[in-house]
Amino acid sequence: MIAETGLVALWLAAALCGLQLIFGVMALRSDDSGVATALRPVAVVQGILTAIAFAMLIWLFLRTDLSVELVAANSHSAKPWLYKFAGTWGNHEGSMLLWVAILAASGALVAVFERRLNEKTLIATLAAQAAIGLGFYAFLLFASNPFARLSPAAAEGRGLNPLLQDPGLAFHPPTLYFGYVGISVAFSFAVGALITRDVGPVFARAMRPWILASWIFLTLGIAAGSYWAYYELGWGGWWFWDPVENASLMPWLAATALLHSVTVLATRDALRAWTIMLAVVAFSMSMLGTFLVRSGVLTSVHAFAVDPRRGTFILGLLILYIGGALALYALRVGTVREGSQFEFMSREGALVINNILLSAILGIVLIGTLYPLGVEAVTGEQLSVGPPYFNATAGPLALLLVAAMAVGPLLRWRRDEWRNVMGRISLPVLISSLALFALVMFTSPIGILPMLGLVLAAGVAAASLAPLWKRNLRRTPLFTYGMVLAHLGIAVSMAGMAFESAFSEEVLVAVRPGDTEQVGPYTVTFESTRPVAGPNWTAVEATLSVRRGEGEAFTLSPQARMFSSPQTETSEAAIQTAWNGQLYTVLGNGDGSGRWQLRFWWKPFVTLIWLGGVLIAFGGLLSLVGRVRRERKTMEREAWA
Amino acid sequence: MKAKHQRLTLAIIAIVAVIGAGFLALYGLRDNAALFRTPTDIATESVPAGQAFRLGGMVAEGSIEELADGISIRFIVQDAESEISVFYSGITPDLFQENSGVVAEGALDADGVFIAETILAKHDENYMPPELADVDMGAEMGGSTSQ
Repeated sequence: MIAETGLVALWLAAALCGLQLIFGVMALRSDDSGVATALRPVAVVQGILTAIAFAMLIWLFLRTDLSVELVAANSHSAKPWLYKFAGTWGNHEGSMLLWVAILAASGALVAVFERRLNEKTLIATLAAQAAIGLGFYAFLLFASNPFARLSPAAAEGRGLNPLLQDPGLAFHPPTLYFGYVGISVAFSFAVGALITRDVGPVFARAMRPWILASWIFLTLGIAAGSYWAYYELGWGGWWFWDPVENASLMPWLAATALLHSVTVLATRDALRAWTIMLAVVAFSMSMLGTFLVRSGVLTSVHAFAVDPRRGTFILGLLILYIGGALALYALRVGTVREGSQFEFMSREGALVINNILLSAILGIVLIGTLYPLGVEAVTGEQLSVGPPYFNATAGPLALLLVAAMAVGPLLRWRRDEWRNVMGRISLPVLISSLALFALVMFTSPIGILPMLGLVLAAGVAAASLAPLWKRNLRRTPLFTYGMVLAHLGIAVSMAGMAFESAFSEEVLVAVRPGDTEQVGPYTVTFESTRPVAGPNWTAVEATLSVRRGEGEAFTLSPQARMFSSPQTETSEAAIQTAWNGQLYTVLGNGDGSGRWQLRFWWKPFVTLIWLGGVLIAFGGLLSLVGRVRRERKTMEREAWA
Repeated sequence: MKAKHQRLTLAIIAIVAVIGAGFLALYGLRDNAALFRTPTDIATESVPAGQAFRLGGMVAEGSIEELADGISIRFIVQDAESEISVFYSGITPDLFQENSGVVAEGALDADGVFIAETILAKHDENYMPPELADVDMGAEMGGSTSQ
């Protein structure tokens, strides 16, 4: 009955979604306020129904109900409960249901909380949200039904890919989905504003919190995915320029650009058409990401099932929504009036540079990601595009962007003077110069990108704090702190990346018990190996005795795990975190005579990469809270007046 | 500056930036895209030493030779018509074995030996790198193919 309840809830939600679209269109065509008032409750009930459907699926997974095809194919009764729970979205159908549940939930949230926006624009926004929803309901119900029954029921489930059996599964996909789908709200706002020709500061202020929220989730999701890949794959890398990673990076780049241009629109009523365009691009990137990851055109741990029909379906949705939005844009953009003017030397000017550089990086990542697919489709030739391409092209632009980021917040709106600006950035420039001097004098030669990265990070860290200089810290608005923290996070993260790529040490050896190796500041002694067993795996575990200088010895235990269902081997790295970096150890193969392969890395300050990511997201959160609070106050004041 | 002009200027800057990024991307791709080659491709076209590419084929039976340092191996990758000697130093992926498909990233050295930087990990027994699906191995593949 649980599966049937879920399916019925899903069908009802889909019907309400259709109703939401029809009501929306009707309300836009006439001035019948009766239909318009029905719109909000419909959106809310739709959100609740998909939440019920999703809860039913979770319940099925927790019970390991093997009469449901999806559970039988992806779960196993011996799996720990956390992975039964998180395994709900560790497969194609479940993850698409999560997608739709978040989509409907954000629609409901807009319906409940959005009070500032012009009523007509809100109606158009909810209608646009429903139009997106309908496509995905159809995809779920006709091509990816998560509740399909299996008759007769399976005796045992086939289990979950062991690489996914990790606490990361509980966190990384949902956060990333909130980000992906949250951008759809920004997109719906943009479509709504285009329909009612209502692009201006009020619209921008209404849209901004939604962009901020989805951007926070995207940031966290990407950082979490990066750390998960880092410790789970056992390759010691934190970013591989894998198409699937790029699929999450591209919406982030677009959302970051959108976040900054919407600020210009909200504050100065400039960049109107451009902001709308960015919202369309950002959503296109999140749809493209969904297509790349879920369609099976790429083979990776993220592509659950290679079913060409599903790929075609998502591609169809992608073309429909993006094509529709672009057509609407082309028709309506002429009627969006020109925004206000500004001088090049101003905050607006700096934000335009931010937007241009972010768009250029986005273009480069997009071309690099799609190029192999395009070449294969045209010539049949297979090739791959990896770090050499992305580092050489996107790397320098990212450094330029970060340099612009240091200066931008120190500029005044409207216009500023070169002379004043030079004065304000003199301290960061001095700090950068000192960093450059220290690097050249005291370290062995390092690559040009990491070198510039470290030099810039030092200056940017100083510059990001500069907006607080000489201000009354208690009266400084929360969103200014948010910006400061987010920009500081970029500097911190970049410092981590540069340290890691410039100063990592790697040791690869075959050793017998008792052998000792030196890596970074650590001395590692290989003591022994022993068999261990978990709930659904067995493993060989190495015991490493590790000392740092004259410090206390401690034990690290990397494992090579063998999972029984499905049969797979994974390597579990053992990592020791110190204040200035991580020691990363991996156990390889044994040769049968007692000699084992071991791989160690010393990665100085590598943790800064993800710490920076968390700082960026936290900065976003402060901004979000600050903005929403200010909006509240403005509304109260208006209500009094 | 009139209103029309600023919008136009911004639009032109944006277009120039996007086209510039496109050129930068194509320039980067020309140097850095790694082709996928089979042993037969290498035998028939002259591949310059040091140029990075992906090699795909089958690990020849009885060819894996472990070297004295305990971490380096030599093996032969073959397809229906040709074969090539490969050197790799590192931990091999879990399902790396003879008579089974393999994809390696690396480049040829001066002697025509493929020096592998990475051997692509197989996640489970059902997974085969997608490039291998079209390669004619000459013999029945050991292990199962995708799906």
